[in-house]
Amino acid sequence: MSDRTAGIRAIAGKWLQDGTVEAVLGWEQGTYRDKTAPVLVRKAEEVDRLVFNERCTNNLMTYLKRDPVRSLNTVGIVAKGCDIKALIGLIQESQVPREKVKILAVTCPGVRNADGKRPVKCAACDVNTPVFYDEIVGEKIASNPDRAARFRDVEALEAMTPEERHRFWREQFDKCIRCYACRQACPLCICSRCIAEKNQPQWIETSAHPRGNFAWNLIRAYHLAGRCIECEACETACPADIPLMLLNRYMAKVVEQSFGYEAGKDPQTQPPLRTFKLDDDNSFIL
Amino acid sequence: MTTEAGGLEAPAAWEPKIVAFICNWCTYTGADLAGTSRMKYPPNVRVIKIPCTGRFDPLFMLKAFERGADGVLVSGCHPGDCHYTAGNYNARRKFTVWRKLLDFAGIDLDRVWFSWISAAEGGKWVETVRNFTETIRAKGPFREYGEMIDVR
Repeated sequence: MSDRTAGIRAIAGKWLQDGTVEAVLGWEQGTYRDKTAPVLVRKAEEVDRLVFNERCTNNLMTYLKRDPVRSLNTVGIVAKGCDIKALIGLIQESQVPREKVKILAVTCPGVRNADGKRPVKCAACDVNTPVFYDEIVGEKIASNPDRAARFRDVEALEAMTPEERHRFWREQFDKCIRCYACRQACPLCICSRCIAEKNQPQWIETSAHPRGNFAWNLIRAYHLAGRCIECEACETACPADIPLMLLNRYMAKVVEQSFGYEAGKDPQTQPPLRTFKLDDDNSFIL
Repeated sequence: MTTEAGGLEAPAAWEPKIVAFICNWCTYTGADLAGTSRMKYPPNVRVIKIPCTGRFDPLFMLKAFERGADGVLVSGCHPGDCHYTAGNYNARRKFTVWRKLLDFAGIDLDRVWFSWISAAEGGKWVETVRNFTETIRAKGPFREYGEMIDVR
């Protein structure tokens, strides 16, 4: 048992015992050795289910929007630095009251995807040691972020002609089966009734044909503009391997360049599309 | 009508179809002024009145393209003149992001225009619609989006 796992269990047990929280959300060992699964621990004697290892890839913040967690008054949540960025977004947007959530932060040397590779988010990670938390476990790790890694693929696509880009996305979106796993996995896709499910009027065509897929994927990316914290949960969840992070990272790049804002940093700031400046770019408007 | 290659050919009488989402307080009134002043402008524009550019949602644009629009114009009050004080400032940020996203997806930005036209600028409305119509006419019908569903 690693130090981090032991530390998590100790603090989670203490919180559950003294009533600080009603339940603790964390990872447990999955059915397969190289997988973990989310678990909601409600009793102190069950804290031994909690684990932390490099397969704790999933962002658990997405469960904050689900009823079993939403109905709790207080919840402890085991979180890596990147996961906490999502919580910061939720706090900013008044989706989760800060006092409801106790953050059990864990320092993280990086996680692995199902294929055993390190995700881009780990190469670009600037929060190996989380900065926003209630308790922290694990040895402090200095971050050495390769921030340019975030936009490498985006820039390759930007270098193409519009026709090439259109063809690229046509092919990618053609694979979409409209399972909405991207939306379900996303911690910041928070609408209890998604626009894709509204049918009077039916803004987004529900059939999985290229045009409907085009509308859905663009609107999903647009709704996350300035909000996406690049946890890669959508792309990891996508059964069709659509490079959704390309869209999300491109939006992040636009927001950084246009509004000088990076998501998931400070719960006190306003998300960029909720505010404005008098001297915002006006050059494209006649 | 089909070409030898089997694709659809543009009907001879094709005219640009332009959908304009314009705000109630400035651009709509400006377009009204153009009308009452008996100014002439291309009938290719279909006006849809929205209360404010802040009400504009990118879904409107996608729906217009889906239904066969060749170009979409979004227009409202000049910065500082919004009837609701800041609707157009908020809209401007949304436009910035959405426009870039369309570009990233390979949609021709010449088919998506944004403008600020005040209630007194009937002339600017006429000029904008005229320029936009001619731009679209030169480009031809916008097939890539609407017909995505048919191409396999």
